[in-house]
Amino acid sequence: MNIEQKVKEIIVEELGVEESEVTNEANFIEDLGADSLDTVELIMCFEEEFDIEIPDEEAENLVTVAKAIEFLKSELD
Amino acid sequence: MYNLEDKIVVVTGGARGIGFSITQKFAKQGAISIILDLDQDAIDKAVKEIDDAGYRALGYNTDVTNNKAIKKLFNKIYDEFGKIDILVNNAGITKDGLLMKMKEEDWDKVITVNLKGTYNCTQAISRYLLKQREGVIINIASIIGIMGNAGQANYAASKGGIIALTKSTAKEFAARNIRVNSIAPGFIKTKMTDKLSDEIIDSYSKAIPLSRMGLPEDVANLCIFLASDQSSYITGQTINIDGGLIM
Ligand SMILES: NC(=O)c1ccc[n+]([C@@H]2O[C@H](COP(=O)([O-])OP(=O)(O)OC[C@H]3O[C@@H](n4cnc5c(N)ncnc54)[C@H](O)[C@@H]3O)[C@@H](O)[C@H]2O)c1
Repeated sequence: MNIEQKVKEIIVEELGVEESEVTNEANFIEDLGADSLDTVELIMCFEEEFDIEIPDEEAENLVTVAKAIEFLKSELD
Repeated sequence: MYNLEDKIVVVTGGARGIGFSITQKFAKQGAISIILDLDQDAIDKAVKEIDDAGYRALGYNTDVTNNKAIKKLFNKIYDEFGKIDILVNNAGITKDGLLMKMKEEDWDKVITVNLKGTYNCTQAISRYLLKQREGVIINIASIIGIMGNAGQANYAASKGGIIALTKSTAKEFAARNIRVNSIAPGFIKTKMTDKLSDEIIDSYSKAIPLSRMGLPEDVANLCIFLASDQSSYITGQTINIDGGLIM
């Protein structure tokens, strides 16, 4: 499975949203209804799934689906 | 009434004293009690006693000050049972002395076990509780953390810290239906207070409106209440259990 698919799958599962809502532009908080705890949980899920550490400064920037995918792709390459 | 059947309950420092009483009481309510403690003999004895009485308990020899080991252990417990319901942060120590002569290591040790240990376990369990959107954390503080005590600056600071930690955690986790409260016991008859001289115990008892020391079961009863749905609208609070010593 590619990174993009996996990331979207995690978001659907963690935030309890429909797959169709998880567009690239979607903002976790504004569009997908996440609160601050959700975003922390999401980051922790990415860390676990991809076995990496995401520093807080980085995590702050990962506000949309596209930004998360882009970051994870660059980390895992 | 309390509905704690099959709940997974972790009690730190649960092998002895107040912690054991808590462990035992939860097991008697039908819960599976999991003891985290450092004293292997006490763990074995505690588990056997609960087992022999026909209830369920298990124990792990783990230091609450070890962040990594604690994370690993909670992960293991979650993997095994598929959930964790209740955490009681009870492990605590004293190293008394007047502040002017208090050794740095005695300050550090008490803060690390009592306060950091509570942080370690709370953080380790949080991801499971948040995911479940259900759970309870109970922190054992002390009335010393509210009123202070000459000769116990380190202990008082650690317990006051636990009360503040309780409030912040309660605020952070409330949106996920996780309740966090502390219990502030007064003078409870255990190994910790057995160290006190008869004179001191006498003078304390005189100051207690109910004129006796408390028993570990008194604290355990409050724990059961705070862990159950009977207290579903209580969070972020510190409840004194001290025979009326401070009001
Ligand atoms: N006894 C009292 O009068 C009284 C009053 C107020 C608050 N308290 C609090 O109640 C709690 C229990 O006290 P107690 O009187 O039963 O004490 P205790 O000494 O009888 O039991 C404490 C237990 O914690 C364990 N422990 C200590 N350090 C640990 C560590 N680093 N990791 C894991 N386990 C550890 C010990 O092995 C022991 O089993 C403490 O937090 C104490 O501060 C006690």
